[in-house]
Amino acid sequence: MTATAEAGLPTAARREMPMPTILILAVREIREGMRNRWVLATTLLLAGLALTLALLGSAPVGTVGASRLDVVTVSLASLTIFLVPLIALLLSHDAIAGEAERGTLILLLAYPVRRSAVLLGKFTGQLAILAFATIVGYGVAALAVGWNLGAAGWRAFGAMTGASILLGAVFLALGLLASTLVRQRSTAGGVAIGLWLFFVLLYDMAFLGLLVASGGHSLPPLLIDSLLALNPADVYRLLTLGSGGAGGLTGISALAEHTSLTPPVLLAVLVAWTAAPLALAAAIFARREL
Amino acid sequence: MTETTVALRGVTKRYGPIVAVVDLDLELHAGEVIALVGHNGAGKTTQIKMILGLARPTAGTVELLGANPAGDGFGLRAAVGYLPENVSFNLALTGRETLGFYARLKRLDASHLDPAFTAVGLDGAADRAIGTYSKGMRQRLGLAQALLGQPRVLILDEPTSGLDPALRRDFYAIVAARAAEGATVLLASHALTELEGRADRVVIVDRGVKIADGSLDELRRLARLPVTVRIRPTGPFAERGWRRLADGSFEQAVDAVDKLPLLSRLLAEPSSIADIALIEPTLDDLYAHFLRRDAA
Repeated sequence: MTATAEAGLPTAARREMPMPTILILAVREIREGMRNRWVLATTLLLAGLALTLALLGSAPVGTVGASRLDVVTVSLASLTIFLVPLIALLLSHDAIAGEAERGTLILLLAYPVRRSAVLLGKFTGQLAILAFATIVGYGVAALAVGWNLGAAGWRAFGAMTGASILLGAVFLALGLLASTLVRQRSTAGGVAIGLWLFFVLLYDMAFLGLLVASGGHSLPPLLIDSLLALNPADVYRLLTLGSGGAGGLTGISALAEHTSLTPPVLLAVLVAWTAAPLALAAAIFARREL
Repeated sequence: MTETTVALRGVTKRYGPIVAVVDLDLELHAGEVIALVGHNGAGKTTQIKMILGLARPTAGTVELLGANPAGDGFGLRAAVGYLPENVSFNLALTGRETLGFYARLKRLDASHLDPAFTAVGLDGAADRAIGTYSKGMRQRLGLAQALLGQPRVLILDEPTSGLDPALRRDFYAIVAARAAEGATVLLASHALTELEGRADRVVIVDRGVKIADGSLDELRRLARLPVTVRIRPTGPFAERGWRRLADGSFEQAVDAVDKLPLLSRLLAEPSSIADIALIEPTLDDLYAHFLRRDAA
């Protein structure tokens, strides 16, 4: 026994690469998510709401049906803006603060595990859970109403689902940042709810108020673009509702016509909104004393 | 000369205005069982965190297996086992899933798990959810986790709190076996009496300062605490200097040097004495003595 351990040591040190550790942590996150029913609950919730919206939403179009999948796509995108950030924040706010409270964080960090790997592993696992719930939940709804409705509709639906997962990634990263910043999980939970209220509800109200007060045209386009880019929920809205077949169904297209935020730019903004909180969380976590 | 596995040199640790450890020098060696003794808040856990590289000293250096644990000694953590004072594993996972996770982090494959469960006596419970475990079983799982990969340094923070006496004996037997194989075992505790006979060395800390360091015998010699001699006479007993106890026996505290002369005098007339008991100062007494001396 002792001999194998002695021989195993240098190998273990040599094999110390961040990637496998991240995977080990991600797999554990997924396993815990399955065991505590998070995966099941979020998938059922998204599928249930998506099916309801899809079936209700397709009714007014009747049997003409040409853009039934488009209607579903738009309905689901509206659902995403409220629900996906909330699910993401609920998943991630506990990640570091909860482990710290249970005493497992100090144990985990006493293992040969880099702190950045802990954050990235948890993020990866949670993103996998969220992606699974979104794809399955929305996919069920799409299949229920529009399985034979053409490649263009499916492309739009696929893009919307992908963007929804990206929006989830943004809020997972924000939740992880909150979890790293505070000491207690209850505080992290409060911060997470605050983030959700701010980005999903309050920001848009303030933005609308600003647009109304200024009469709509006196604001410079750059300011409007910046204000939109500063809220990932608005970026998502522009990305999914501002273009393609779905655009005509919403009022967003009017706004989208005047903005220089093209879909690639919007995608880049969402990626930046994911990377920046993660990088900040990693920097804070690396310096934190336990 | 035995190998030094852990070395703290001139280590001070401050958390803002609070000074947790003051100018501490401590060397631990291979094959040693060291008891780190002190009140709650005496700085034991802070020392452990610095040894593990989880906290950086404000001043001084920490060496773990020859490297800085917070810096380039990172990979050496695979050779360290640690059981934190308060750890609650996810109750929904089984013992095997939990131990498997920690084994993978140490790059050990699944074949290490069954021996690990056997070593701590959890054979039958490996595939049950941790939620069904008793407190003792959870502590055993924690120990199994710390023992993974035959660590060269084993650090156990209050390992036996909440365990029943039988479990404690098992616990210390495992620890002694590991030390015999050459591991350094550091036991942080305030349960003094049970460390008696289990630790090669006792380090007493108080308010961040090391106030005593040595084997139990050395500490006893240093403290020069009196030994209590208790006798039960067969007949009437009227010698001076003895204190009468409720059950009819008598006791007297004597300096260690006076112990043998007194005994030989008492045993010169064996028929007058039914029984003799010697009560050596316990770890508790030593601890109290060094704390008093430190305060004075």
